[in-house]
Amino acid sequence: MEKLENRLGFLTGLPIIVLLLISFFMPLLVVAGFSMMPQKVFELSHLPDFSSFAVIWQQGYYKSLLRSLGLALLTTAILFVVCWPLAYGMAKVFGRFSLVITVLVVLLLFVSENIRLFGWFLSLMKGGLLEGYVRHWFGVSFESPLYDWPVIVFGMAYVYFPFMLFPLVQGVAMVPDDARLAAMDLGAGPTRIMFEIEMPLAAPGILVGCLLTFVLSAGAVAEAKLLGGRSVVVLTDDVESAFTYAQNWPLGSALSVMLIVISAVIALVPLSRIDLDAMMGRRK
Amino acid sequence: MAGGTFLRIENVTKRFGRFTALDRIDLDIAEGEFLTIVGPSGSGKSTLIRLLVGIDDVTEGTISLRGERIDQVPANKRPTCMVFQSLALFPHMSVGRNIEFPLKLRKTAQGARKARALELLRLLRLPESYYGKMISQLSGGERQRVALARALAFDPEIIVFDEPLSALDYRLRKTLEKELKDLHRRTGKTFVYITHSLEEAMVMSDRIAIMRQGRFEQIATAEEIYSRPLSRFVANFMGEVNLFSVAADEAGRVAWHGAEVEAAPGAVLPAPGWRGALMVRPELIRFLGPQERADFSVRGTLVAEYALGSRIQYSVEVAGGMQVTVERPFETRHEESVGASVALGWEADAIHPIADESTQEAGRGKA
Repeated sequence: MEKLENRLGFLTGLPIIVLLLISFFMPLLVVAGFSMMPQKVFELSHLPDFSSFAVIWQQGYYKSLLRSLGLALLTTAILFVVCWPLAYGMAKVFGRFSLVITVLVVLLLFVSENIRLFGWFLSLMKGGLLEGYVRHWFGVSFESPLYDWPVIVFGMAYVYFPFMLFPLVQGVAMVPDDARLAAMDLGAGPTRIMFEIEMPLAAPGILVGCLLTFVLSAGAVAEAKLLGGRSVVVLTDDVESAFTYAQNWPLGSALSVMLIVISAVIALVPLSRIDLDAMMGRRK
Repeated sequence: MAGGTFLRIENVTKRFGRFTALDRIDLDIAEGEFLTIVGPSGSGKSTLIRLLVGIDDVTEGTISLRGERIDQVPANKRPTCMVFQSLALFPHMSVGRNIEFPLKLRKTAQGARKARALELLRLLRLPESYYGKMISQLSGGERQRVALARALAFDPEIIVFDEPLSALDYRLRKTLEKELKDLHRRTGKTFVYITHSLEEAMVMSDRIAIMRQGRFEQIATAEEIYSRPLSRFVANFMGEVNLFSVAADEAGRVAWHGAEVEAAPGAVLPAPGWRGALMVRPELIRFLGPQERADFSVRGTLVAEYALGSRIQYSVEVAGGMQVTVERPFETRHEESVGASVALGWEADAIHPIADESTQEAGRGKA
């Protein structure tokens, strides 16, 4: 009986397994394969070498990798600081009002990321919505904040906001009220309670939120392109130009592989240590 | 006035919106006392202790400790500590760090902290090797002890307990009740304990306060509450007691409702005009043989028999329709089987009168 159920589980899972193999693992394998090919070849039938990785080092492509990771880290930190109080309110204070916030944030996701970023571009450009009106009403002009790294961080923080907020709400909801009250009763002030009780107990939510935003912003394309206008070259730009303009697939693949490996290590190590089941409210 | 009292709760009212949870409560607690507040759910007992430790604020009234008001002092500055129903242990910390938490807040040196934590583990009869264990590795009873150790580490003037034993199984609960009483004696701290089980309260407390709908119904020693409850509510709260409803008219004739009780000539009876209940404890009623006489007697049918170990409990439906409970020691068990016709009897001094509220002034005490 149990065997049958196991087989049924495998059979019903089969379509998605096949789909994942074709659509997720195959491209990864192809990219991994190309990363070990000689420069500027278009098939996998060459002897593997690691010339692409040498090029990354010699021609300074690692700088754009570090830049991407740095911007992603900054975005994650900013989002955590912004979302923690809001998540706390949604989980513990606002009551039914938190549903309104949830709906508003989800609505944001209904509009395509590119369209929203173009909206910001039109608002922030010189002579755009913001600067144009300020100059019209007050006669003061100012430089557009576009085409620099802070606006890229702003754009990523804006786009990945929900990916930090919702896991944090889940995490804060996991903190039992009694634990907070007990800490207070034992003499702890609000700051102590936050750092020693609430944050450790909300750690699974914090981890998931930070990982999502970090991994997504490290691989983000549109923010740097639209708001940064290529003035700041991030890793994804290099990947794109290697595959298109430079026609150097092995180099693009090698850059991708580096990002994938770094993201995977950063994501998998903490994820293996937290209890996702407890977070989803399931008991083993 | 203030010099003698330790903790004084004066005229305290707590309202949540339009609901009054506590209605002008007065309570004095002596230093080193073990006071238990007993009441059904929703009676306001949890609300009262939350006010006491400062988790909630009083709506009106004052709470003072050694003559100084503490009701405006924030919870983290009050010399009170609560053991929660859920225990509220910190699952991300080891046993040692849980116990040391209040000491760390006071910036006690690390060596002294650990020494104190180990001392408390010994006091609560937990092995010192538990210092490094995680909370999830402990059993229910062990967690209970860690929660107590943590509260003691805080060194409060008053430790408040919010039904911490209610989630445990019967045997463990019995053991811990005794341990708690023993711990109270050894530490000399003031314990305020709340529970919905009067039985639990009887085992541990110096005094018991019975609570009902935001008011105290009676505050007295266990012995006093057991033998002389002030109201039907208190009497019923103790479980199996027999309450005979009685009304005496102006001429002194007594009408028994629900039971055709015969009083022997000369038996003491309520004063004229008195209404209320005459309480007779099950163990003070006996079966009468054919020739036996008692101050009060009633005939009935034995309907059920329950073995309670050392005692046997009988349910008798008496003439008039009321169910009377009788409890006898196992050695003097009644031989007749269920369905038999029996006679029950008790003496005048077994009766404790409880006046109805309207006539309480008229006939307090033995009529």
